[in-house]
Amino acid sequence: MKQQLEEIRESAHEMLAAASSPAELEALRVKFLGKKGELTAILKQMGKLSAQERPVIGQLANDVRSFIEKEISDRSEQLKAIEVKERLEKEKLDVTMPGKHHILGQKHPLSIVLDELKEIFLGMGFSIATGPEVETDYYNFQALNIPKNHPARDTQDTFYINDNILLRTQTSSVQIRVMEKQKPPIRVIAPGRVYRSDAVDATHSPLFHQIEGLVVDKGVTMADLKGTLEIFAQRLYGKDSVVRFRPHHFPFTEPSAEMDIQCFACHGQGCRLCKGEGWIEILGCGMVHPKVLSTCGIDPEEYSGFAFGIGLERIVMRRFNIDDLRLFYENDLRFLNQF
Amino acid sequence: MNLSTKWLKDFVDIDVKPRDFAEALTMSGSKVEGYEIEGGELSNIIIGKVLSIEKHPDADKLHVCQVDVGKDEPVQIVTGAQNVKQGDIVPVAMDNSVVAGGKKIKKGKLRGVVSNGMLCSLAELGLTKNDFPYAIEDGIFIIQEDCQIGQDIREALGLNDTVFEFEITSNRPDCLSVIGLARETAVTYDKPLKLHQPQVKAGHGNANDHLSVDIIDSDLCYRYCAAIVENIKIEPSPRWLRERLRASGVRPINNIVDITNYVMLEYGHPMHAFDLRYIDNAKINVRRAKDGEKITTLDGVERNLKSDMLVIADANKPVAVAGVMGGEYSGIMDDTTTIVFESACFSGPSVRITAKELGMRTDSSARFEKGLDPANCMPALMRACELTEMLNAGEVLNGFIDCDKSDKTPRTVKFEPEWINKFLGIECPHDRMVKILTDLGFKLDGDDIIVPSFRTDIEHKADIAEEIARIYGYNVIPITQLRGSIQAQLTDKQHFESLVNQTMLSLGCSEIYTFSFISPKYYDKILMPADSPLRNSVKISNPLGEDTSIMRTTSLPSMCETLSRNYNNRNANASLYEITTEYFPTKDNELPIEKQSIVIGMYGQDVDYYSIKGIVEQLLDNADVYDYDIEAVSDNPSFHPGRCAELSINGQYLGIIGELHPQVLENYEIGMRAYAALIDFDTMYNNRKPEKQYKPLPRFPAVTRDIAFLCDDSIPVLTLQRAISSAAGDHLESISLFDVYKGKQIPNGKKSVAYNMVLRSKDSTLTDTDADAIMKRIIKALTALGAELRS
Repeated sequence: MKQQLEEIRESAHEMLAAASSPAELEALRVKFLGKKGELTAILKQMGKLSAQERPVIGQLANDVRSFIEKEISDRSEQLKAIEVKERLEKEKLDVTMPGKHHILGQKHPLSIVLDELKEIFLGMGFSIATGPEVETDYYNFQALNIPKNHPARDTQDTFYINDNILLRTQTSSVQIRVMEKQKPPIRVIAPGRVYRSDAVDATHSPLFHQIEGLVVDKGVTMADLKGTLEIFAQRLYGKDSVVRFRPHHFPFTEPSAEMDIQCFACHGQGCRLCKGEGWIEILGCGMVHPKVLSTCGIDPEEYSGFAFGIGLERIVMRRFNIDDLRLFYENDLRFLNQF
Repeated sequence: MNLSTKWLKDFVDIDVKPRDFAEALTMSGSKVEGYEIEGGELSNIIIGKVLSIEKHPDADKLHVCQVDVGKDEPVQIVTGAQNVKQGDIVPVAMDNSVVAGGKKIKKGKLRGVVSNGMLCSLAELGLTKNDFPYAIEDGIFIIQEDCQIGQDIREALGLNDTVFEFEITSNRPDCLSVIGLARETAVTYDKPLKLHQPQVKAGHGNANDHLSVDIIDSDLCYRYCAAIVENIKIEPSPRWLRERLRASGVRPINNIVDITNYVMLEYGHPMHAFDLRYIDNAKINVRRAKDGEKITTLDGVERNLKSDMLVIADANKPVAVAGVMGGEYSGIMDDTTTIVFESACFSGPSVRITAKELGMRTDSSARFEKGLDPANCMPALMRACELTEMLNAGEVLNGFIDCDKSDKTPRTVKFEPEWINKFLGIECPHDRMVKILTDLGFKLDGDDIIVPSFRTDIEHKADIAEEIARIYGYNVIPITQLRGSIQAQLTDKQHFESLVNQTMLSLGCSEIYTFSFISPKYYDKILMPADSPLRNSVKISNPLGEDTSIMRTTSLPSMCETLSRNYNNRNANASLYEITTEYFPTKDNELPIEKQSIVIGMYGQDVDYYSIKGIVEQLLDNADVYDYDIEAVSDNPSFHPGRCAELSINGQYLGIIGELHPQVLENYEIGMRAYAALIDFDTMYNNRKPEKQYKPLPRFPAVTRDIAFLCDDSIPVLTLQRAISSAAGDHLESISLFDVYKGKQIPNGKKSVAYNMVLRSKDSTLTDTDADAIMKRIIKALTALGAELRS
């Protein structure tokens, strides 16, 4: 019997090693370990053995059973691994094929840059204010030290609704509304649409966007104005940006200035991009005119402030190298999808 | 304002590179827009005299000229021009020369005949008829100037000036003059300003015997000075004067007119000259026009005057529109013998209104309207007389007329150097401030700064601060940071707006920017009824054109326009949105209400009504707007009557979604179905429920059940769904529509609807018996709507 058991062990070992599928493996399990299997058949004859032989053969039979079970399980693992490997090999993809895309909406280029500007100023403690686009002559002009028939009105060709109501030509109107409502300290920006009677062409539009800024507090100086706007320029255009302040005139600021940024292309030498000047105009600014503060009920002896106005379209055109302002308002997807 | 360097040098000794000068003046407050070195690119062009001219042997239109250019031998030049004659003095571009535009000229052969250069036209020298009125544009420039054969063309024509173009801001009319800019130059370079006192001989007579002047409306005319010149000789001005005018962009005409222009440029004060013969009763009245009065101005146009316009009148009629333009018959004619030089000062706003109403802005009105200095009238007049004598253009009579109603009290501003330093954030020594102010023409009297009369812009200490700052140097002012911290954050509404934007973008809609003004015709294009209250729009009284003449009350036309443009530009799909503003008139003299709206528009291959509805639903859901009602509407004319729904919340209108009406699509030339939605931004914002509460995750298993039934096609699924929900009660966790079917096997007028439901209890495992009971209730509710269960 002992020899029989050894033969079973031997033949199970060979046959299992040759099994090539889970089904074959199962057939072998039945053949050796099943109710009618070879090992069972031998165990059934145990009764014929002597009392001394029985435990020895019993032990051997159990060993053979464990051996076969382990062989089956090992072979099964092996087969599984082979199968997985084969499947994975079959499933190989061209991983360079294009991925599946979801359709995402595209932010308008004006919004892309406007959001950036808002973030810069929020970070510097400026809140965001708004005001009406259809505005009174008072808020758009008179309170800003531009009386009726002032020649400064010529530079801003105005759309009128009637003698007293107009489409605002500048977001500066919001300055007045903010100062009327809020006591200093004030730090706000006011982005929005403005309107001027300019016929549409590549660089003009009867509707465009400005971002107004206003700071009023005790002891605000022109040096603060320079510091604030220089930081703004460096956040927008990079740390190495060089700016200069050039005298200018706005009726509602005194002193008034325009801020230029040194041309990125030629670093001030003068090139085609900056039209030979070496500098590119970015914004207008100045110390809030004491008359304007008084008009809004703020004592100019106690408080001072500065204001600035940024033309959004011009900055966006420069950022993306856009040469025609009309594209912004035509909203052709072939344009919008580029940003 | 164009400034000739030669002219500038009459007043300041200055010799710097043009680029440096432009930079320095720009930084001290007089912005230089650009400069032109006259004849800067011309080289090797010289004066020649045509000795002979013959036809080209092989070309009908060409001529062969022998030209004396002051060398041993004449040069041979072939020209195609037809206006050259023997003896003409012409500009000759020699071999290896450069003409205007940088074009190089070399010798060559023209149809086999050697040509050693080129004869030049005005354009080839960078000139126009304005520069030399006697020349022709399409031919060779036949020179009538004093010049020598062989002389360099730039020297011969006086093309050796550098002209700077200044952009002068409206507060500095004094800088619209050579003297004003000379003063700025002198201060910028810290050099003396050499002012010149005009000297007039005025040997005989008395002007006051020939003319009397009365300022009747002294609120509009502050001063009127006049001189009389007899025996005038009208002739061209000398070359130096013409060159200076030309450099300044003014066309020379004759000596008298040129003198008035010269003085206007030098002093910044417009002058007027007129013929004394046509002044009835030798009487000038400066008065408001009478309604209905007419004048034919120098440009030959008859103008209707109004009572708010100031005129210069004689005893009977207006002879000039004050500060704007003279009358036709009062101009200088060839037979004029006695003239009046007028140097007056008018109210800026009055000139501005008049020029605007008459639609004629002139050099003169552009200066007057900025407010000129009455004290400048007399020096300007004296300068005109001095020039008249210098040019031998006539005999100036003694005794100038001066009718002066101006306020001569000098304006003063307190000198507060500490305040200025603090305001600017600088530490400028007091004596430096005093020097800057004195150089600019201010005087100090104790603590008072006396403002020079020509500085009409200075009224406040902040104005003084600017004068100090710009000469001290804006870029010398230190850079400091704002002190004190201020909290800044977006308002709830600004956050909400940003949420809406993010949601729309993630739903695949691209953002657009459209104009806020539209044409009233656009309302027709969206089929808005003629009596719709939305047609009542804010109207622009002076629009650029009809297309931008009213402020929109609905953004639908703007969206349709954009869809149309994209469709016609062959963009196959479009999903677009914008948060727009709409404008609703209130009372006449009050501001309109401005409301924000979210407008969405789509078209494309796989787009249908449910695509846009889905976007609106997801937008509202993401913006925490729940429990809104939706109802089919068939009477909105912009939309398909069977494919349009209105949204409302808490009884308020929330928005509209629909397929555009085929007629609207046709009006906008959109060749496929397109969809639009408009959502009221404020209603959305006001009805949002952003507060969120955590609900425990379910602990007990759910039961799912499907139900399918037949019902009348006319019952909206929303009605069915609501019936199911209310019948099911709390245990209905979710319900989703998974099939609606009409057609084969379904009777006409009916549809088959199928829902999948998830039932769950919070506190126990739901049994089949429980679920069956719920289903029974649902079936009962559906039966009540006439539905019939499908097996």
